[in-house]
Amino acid sequence: MKKIYMDYAATTPVDPEVLKAMRPFFSRRYGNASSLHSFGQDARKAVEGAREIVAGMINAEPGEIIFLSGGSEADNLAVKGSVKQGNHMITTAIEHPAVLRACEYLEKNGVEVTYLPVDRDGFVSVQDLKDAMRKETKLVSVMFVNNEIGTIEPIEDIGKICRQKGVLFHTDAVQAFGKIPVDVKKMNIDMLSGSGHKIYGPKGVGFLYVRKGIGLAPLIHGGSQENSRRAGTENAAGIVGLGKACEIAKENMDLEQERIGKLRDYLIENALKIPDTGLNGPRGEGRIYNNANFSFSFIEGEALVMRLDDRGIAASTGSACSSKNLKPSHVLTGIGLTHEQAHGSLRVSLGRHTTREEVDYFLKVLPGIVKDLRRISPLGRK
Amino acid sequence: MGRIENADGVGKVGNPQCGDLMQVYIKVGKNRQYGKEIIKDVKVQTFGCIAAIATSSATTEMVKGKTIEEALKLTKEGVRDKVGGLPAIKFHCSVLAVDGIKEAIYDFLKKAGRPVPDDLEKEHERISRVVKEVEKRVHAH
Repeated sequence: MKKIYMDYAATTPVDPEVLKAMRPFFSRRYGNASSLHSFGQDARKAVEGAREIVAGMINAEPGEIIFLSGGSEADNLAVKGSVKQGNHMITTAIEHPAVLRACEYLEKNGVEVTYLPVDRDGFVSVQDLKDAMRKETKLVSVMFVNNEIGTIEPIEDIGKICRQKGVLFHTDAVQAFGKIPVDVKKMNIDMLSGSGHKIYGPKGVGFLYVRKGIGLAPLIHGGSQENSRRAGTENAAGIVGLGKACEIAKENMDLEQERIGKLRDYLIENALKIPDTGLNGPRGEGRIYNNANFSFSFIEGEALVMRLDDRGIAASTGSACSSKNLKPSHVLTGIGLTHEQAHGSLRVSLGRHTTREEVDYFLKVLPGIVKDLRRISPLGRK
Repeated sequence: MGRIENADGVGKVGNPQCGDLMQVYIKVGKNRQYGKEIIKDVKVQTFGCIAAIATSSATTEMVKGKTIEEALKLTKEGVRDKVGGLPAIKFHCSVLAVDGIKEAIYDFLKKAGRPVPDDLEKEHERISRVVKEVEKRVHAH
């Protein structure tokens, strides 16, 4: 059976060029970047080369990039490393769990957290943010692009306000980095999380940009790697892979935005022809170009995902049934969906290898599966 | 899977943990050979995950052709084993299917004006309380 991957927001395949760039660092170029000898120097050079590339992607300085294990660690370091007991911080109700759970941890340790609501499309209100700011507010953390519904938050406006008020601004840009232009200077971003495996790089590597002059308490104590901000021998192969993935992403950004965006629009337009189907998240430019998220009334998302998988299609859901705590997606309930609507959600995310044929196959298979699951559902139009 | 029009008994059950809903339909008839009352046909509609769908389908297979007494003896562990085991977090799905059968039998007995065993009456009270709670949540807004 043909296998069709439509879950690029979950992870992406490593680009062959990326793999090629990484390979020597598993075999002959195995030095520890902290070693003084030629093996170490070789690894150091590679790591610093990648640092320059990553910094260039977001208009930062190389010294402002901390390499680490991925998006979750970057979020944890930004949030836990900058906020202390007695501080106040602001975030949103639809952040990635890496930010939300870190905030909950801080709440147990004497930090007050304000969770801003979002509108029906997932946008946070800049006015709400202004109103929530206090004298003790230390940090604002708002994601660049929502991972479930693709909403692109008003990052530039938020950055401006934070800079004016002297409040640190962190953004989890895992779903934006490498897909759309990011400029930390123009957008007044103080900290930014990025990940390798969302952009055809390897898993287990990511970075946190921290604007020069901002002090951070490390999460991992040990050696003086990464300017004493993240101990542990640098993952040279992973970092080199991240660098290569960035180069490829930059080169293809405009073309992919147009090509994938058109496919995605075509997919949305046709999937919405299925009765009792709604689109979650915004339309138009406020949405990342590779994301689609639907709610199919009367059916359950996990069952839908498994039926699609039976036909070779990989997608994901915000259904309660697919989550380990049996609660539906906080993002979907956050934009005002009922339990049933959130239960019946399907996220389809396209990528570099998605073709028109694949989208057509998906659109051919989907209506029948939805119809069949509705037939066996006790719910229906009243 | 599906529904039976003019069913003799309909059981509606819900799961408070994840908001699943299930509706079980039974047709009751006499066994030709022994003249005993059996579940001649059973169908189920499920709004829930694949574990809920699998356990509800397995449940119908397990009770079809069985006497009412036998069907009431069905256990969640029995259903779990029938589908070849379930992850711990999905175990509640098999409870739902078992409850669905109980409710359908309860409905059948009530409609036929027959006496309802005490423990089935108690089970019915518990299950219908849960259904109300889940329906409120599913249809909220």
